[in-house]
Amino acid sequence: MDPIISISALSKTYASGFSALKTVDLDIRRGEIFALLGPNGAGKTTLISIVCGLVNASAGSVRVDGHDIVRDYRAARALVGLVPQELTTDAFETVWNTVSFTRGLFGKPPDPAYIEQLLKDLSLWAKKDARLMMLSGGMKRRVLIAKALSHEPRILFLDEPTAGVDVELRRDMWQLVRRLRDSGVTVILTTHYIEEAEEMADRIGVIAKGALILVEDKAVLMTKLGGKQLTLQLAAPLAEVPPALARYGLVLGKGGKTLVYRYEVGRGEGGEGGEGSDPAGDGAIAGLLQDLAAAGIMFTDLHTTQRSLEEIFVSLVSEREAPGTDERGNRAGPAGEGAR
Amino acid sequence: MNWHAVRAIYLFEMARTKRTLLQSVLAPVITTSLYFVVFGSAIGARIPEIEGVSYGAFIVPGLIMLNLLTQSVSNASFGIFFPKFSRTIYEILSAPVSHFEIVLSYVGAAATKAVILSLIILATATFFVPLRIEHPLWMIAFLLLTAVSFSLLGFILGIWADNFEKLQLVPLLIITPLTFLGGSFYSIDMLPAGWRTVSLFNPVVYLVSGFRWSFYGSADVAVGVSLAMTLLFLAVFVGVATWMLRTGYRLKP
Ligand SMILES: Nc1ncnc2c1ncn2[C@@H]1O[C@H](COP(=O)(O)OP(=O)(O)OP(=O)(O)O)[C@@H](O)[C@H]1O
Ligand SMILES: [Mg+2]
Repeated sequence: MDPIISISALSKTYASGFSALKTVDLDIRRGEIFALLGPNGAGKTTLISIVCGLVNASAGSVRVDGHDIVRDYRAARALVGLVPQELTTDAFETVWNTVSFTRGLFGKPPDPAYIEQLLKDLSLWAKKDARLMMLSGGMKRRVLIAKALSHEPRILFLDEPTAGVDVELRRDMWQLVRRLRDSGVTVILTTHYIEEAEEMADRIGVIAKGALILVEDKAVLMTKLGGKQLTLQLAAPLAEVPPALARYGLVLGKGGKTLVYRYEVGRGEGGEGGEGSDPAGDGAIAGLLQDLAAAGIMFTDLHTTQRSLEEIFVSLVSEREAPGTDERGNRAGPAGEGAR
Repeated sequence: MNWHAVRAIYLFEMARTKRTLLQSVLAPVITTSLYFVVFGSAIGARIPEIEGVSYGAFIVPGLIMLNLLTQSVSNASFGIFFPKFSRTIYEILSAPVSHFEIVLSYVGAAATKAVILSLIILATATFFVPLRIEHPLWMIAFLLLTAVSFSLLGFILGIWADNFEKLQLVPLLIITPLTFLGGSFYSIDMLPAGWRTVSLFNPVVYLVSGFRWSFYGSADVAVGVSLAMTLLFLAVFVGVATWMLRTGYRLKP
C-alpha cells in the first residue's frame, strides 16, 4: 500500500542559519501509529510543522495521500489535524465555539451532533460553554485535541501530547489514540516518555540533530537491540575473567566486583520454541552458573535486566552526539519541560 | 473557495468587536461629538463658510475619514497581530485556506466594522449640523474603497509588527498626522501655495477630498484623481499583502 505521508529529502535551515533538519526521508504507513523520538531540539516539531504548513521547507518535498503540500495544499491539509506542542488557545472563546471554529476553518459544514460526541469523548461536555482561560492546562490540552479532530481528519499529529499531563488524562489519551487508529486514522506523535512509544507505537523513528537515524517496526527494534543482561555481584573481586569462562563473553565491572553477561532471549515470533530454544539464551545461564561454581567464583546477588527502548534510544543518540558540540539552541519556555 | 473558513474567521472577528463594543463604538462617537462641540460650535461659529458650507458641516467628511482610516488600520492590524502574538495562528496556517480567503475574511471583517462605525458617526453628525449628501452612491463607494484599502494596510501592519509598540506606533505616528494634515479640518486651498504643494504628497488629501466631494460637490483635487489614488492604494496594499502571505513573511519561519 502506498504511504499516507511521503517525505523526501526534506531539509530546513532557519533564517538564523541553524540547520534544524538535514535531508529527511520518511514514509508513514496508512493507519499506523508512528512515534517520533528525539531529545530537545532534535527537529521533531520542525518536521511536523513543515508537513502541516506552519514552516516553509528549505528543500525537499512532502506528499500527503499523494497531494503535494505546497502545490495541492488544500487537499493535503484537509486530511490533517494537528495538536501543537504549546498550549495556545483563544482565552475568551468558549470550548464549543473554538472547536466549531476549527471545523469551519477546515471547510466542513457545521455538525453539532459530531462536535457533541467529540466533546463527550474527551470529557469536555460539561465545560462546553466555559471560556478557555478558565480551564486547567489538562483541559486545554483536551480542547486542542478536540479542535484537531473537529474536521474528522485522516491523519493526526500529536506533538508531545502528554507533556505536563496527569496519569489519568494520559491513559484517556492513549485510549483515544487506539480508538482513532481502529477507525483508520493515522497517528504521528512525538513524546519524551519513551515507554509510551514502546507501548503505543507500531513503528518508531529516532531523530537527533535534525537527522533521522533510525526507523523501525517497534517489535523488530525491541528484539534487534533489546537483549537481556545478567549482572552478578561477586563475593570477592576478580582481576580477570578466568579462561574457562571465555566462551560466555563475560564483562568484568569496575573494581572486578561485578560480572555482566549479555544474552538474547528466544524471539517469541519464531514459533514453538519459546525461551528455552535459544541456545545462547536461558539454557546457557544454567551452564554459566555451574561453570562459575566450578571455577570457584562465588556471588552474593544477581539480577537480570532487559534493555528498554529508553536505553536503546539513549545509546543511539549519544553515539550521534559523540563529538559533543552542543549546538542545540537552548530554547526557553515549556518546550524543555517534557524532558525527563 | 472555502466559504466555511471565510465565514468562521469573519464571524470570529465580528464577535471580537461585540466583546469590546463599548470601547470600539462609544469612544469614537464621544470623540467625534467633542469635535463638533469644539470645532463646529465654539470655534466654527467664528469661521466663515467654506465653499458655501458652514464650518461645522464642512468638517464632517474629514472627521468620518479620520475615523474610517484609524479604525480600519487598528481593527485589521489587531485582528491578525493577536493570533500571531498568541500563536493561535497555527490553526489558520495549517488550514486549507487560500491567501485570498485569509485576506478576505480578516480585511472584510475589519472594513465592515470601520464602515459601520463611520455610518454611526455620520448619524451622530446629523444631530449637530445640517448635512446634505449630493452623491450618496459615490459616498458609499469612497467609504468602502477606503475601508478596504486601509484595512489591508492594517493587515500588513499587523503581520509586520512584532510587538505591541510597533502596532500602536504606526497609526499614531503616521496615520493620525497625515489625516490631520490631509485637509480633514480645512480646505488645502486655504494653505499658502508652498504648503499646498507639500500637501499634494499626502495621500490622505485625495481620500478626504473625494469623500467631501460626494457630500458637497466641491473638492480640493479633481474627483477622478481622488478615485484613481484610492484605487492605487488598494492595488499597492493588495500587492504587499499578497507578497507577505506568499513568502510567509513573519508568519512562517
Ligand atoms: N523559528 C526558529 N528560528 C530558528 N531556530 C529555530 C526556530 N524554531 C526552532 N528552531 C531551532 O531548531 C531546532 C529544532 O527545533 P524543534 O522545535 O523542531 O525541536 P524539537 O525536536 O521539537 O524539540 P523539543 O523536544 O524541545 O520540542 C532547535 O535547535 C531550535 O532552537
Ligand atoms: Mg518540539
